[in-house]
Amino acid sequence: MAAAEGSKIDPMHQFLIEPVAGSHWVVGGYDLSFTNSALWMVVTLASLAAFMIGGMKRELVPGRWQAAVEGFTGFVSAMLVSNVGPAGKRFIPYVFSLFMFILFANILGLLPFGVVPGVHPFTVTSHLTVTGVLAIISFAIVLIVGFGKHGFHFFSLFVPHGTPVVMIPLIFVVELMSFLVRPFSLGLRLFVAMTAGHILLKVLAAFVINGINMGPGYVALVSLPSFALMVGITLLELLVAGIQAYVFALLTSVYLNDAVNLH
Amino acid sequence: MDVDAAKMIGAGLAAIGMGLASLGVGNVFAKFLEGALRNPGAADSQQGRLFIGFAGAELLGLLAFVTMIILVFVA
Repeated sequence: MAAAEGSKIDPMHQFLIEPVAGSHWVVGGYDLSFTNSALWMVVTLASLAAFMIGGMKRELVPGRWQAAVEGFTGFVSAMLVSNVGPAGKRFIPYVFSLFMFILFANILGLLPFGVVPGVHPFTVTSHLTVTGVLAIISFAIVLIVGFGKHGFHFFSLFVPHGTPVVMIPLIFVVELMSFLVRPFSLGLRLFVAMTAGHILLKVLAAFVINGINMGPGYVALVSLPSFALMVGITLLELLVAGIQAYVFALLTSVYLNDAVNLH
Repeated sequence: MDVDAAKMIGAGLAAIGMGLASLGVGNVFAKFLEGALRNPGAADSQQGRLFIGFAGAELLGLLAFVTMIILVFVA
């Protein structure tokens, strides 16, 4: 690989999926190993469950933890009510799980290398298979709700009100394309945003390590500025982790609005 | 021209697209702030639309990044 020859540190290695125990469990021709991706999904789920159970005490005067959990639930339900209307209350459990899972997976993937020695954090959402499945679930719910509620009248979504009759065939095709491209853009956005940030962090880390290896002059000239930049980029990535989770949940609720209210 | 060299040049050219997308993202927030300072009362209700615009502008920059990664690692 021409790009990786420059430095000895390969920025793509962090996305490698490998079995945790070291051996592949092949069942009926399928590799069903417990991979690092699966491990970090379990870690995400466990920390999310701990966060929710710790905050669901239903005390009359909420403590700090309960206030944090109520802040998240209130945030998601306000987003759905303002985008979909009162009918959006039905979708709060789904959109809340989606938002919290993506948020926790993004932030856990951003953990530095040394928190637990020898354990490398893995970003679950940096793989198109994971984000693609999340996007397909959202898209499937939109289709099921749309066709279940409106039947074939759902196709009127593709012809906006007041379209001249001559324009209807063209507009229908354009709107259909923009509708069908939604799951791809939804999954691709989250996957690429996480991948790009993590590659950038690893490239800067390679600058720091290679600068240290090359002598004191390079430390002052290359390593220190790169390290300062890394701190800033890590904060930016924390912001991106939050924004991407928010955007995924927001776009899901906007698409649900189309399915429930048909424009 | 050598094919590998051409791929690398293509990847570098694709990086320009990410810079252009940064102009777009900046424009989204600048225009929102401009409008929000003129009418602060209506600003909070429009935050959802702000992030939809942000997501759209950002996606096009990320597509440039995907092009770049495909040129370097896949093609």
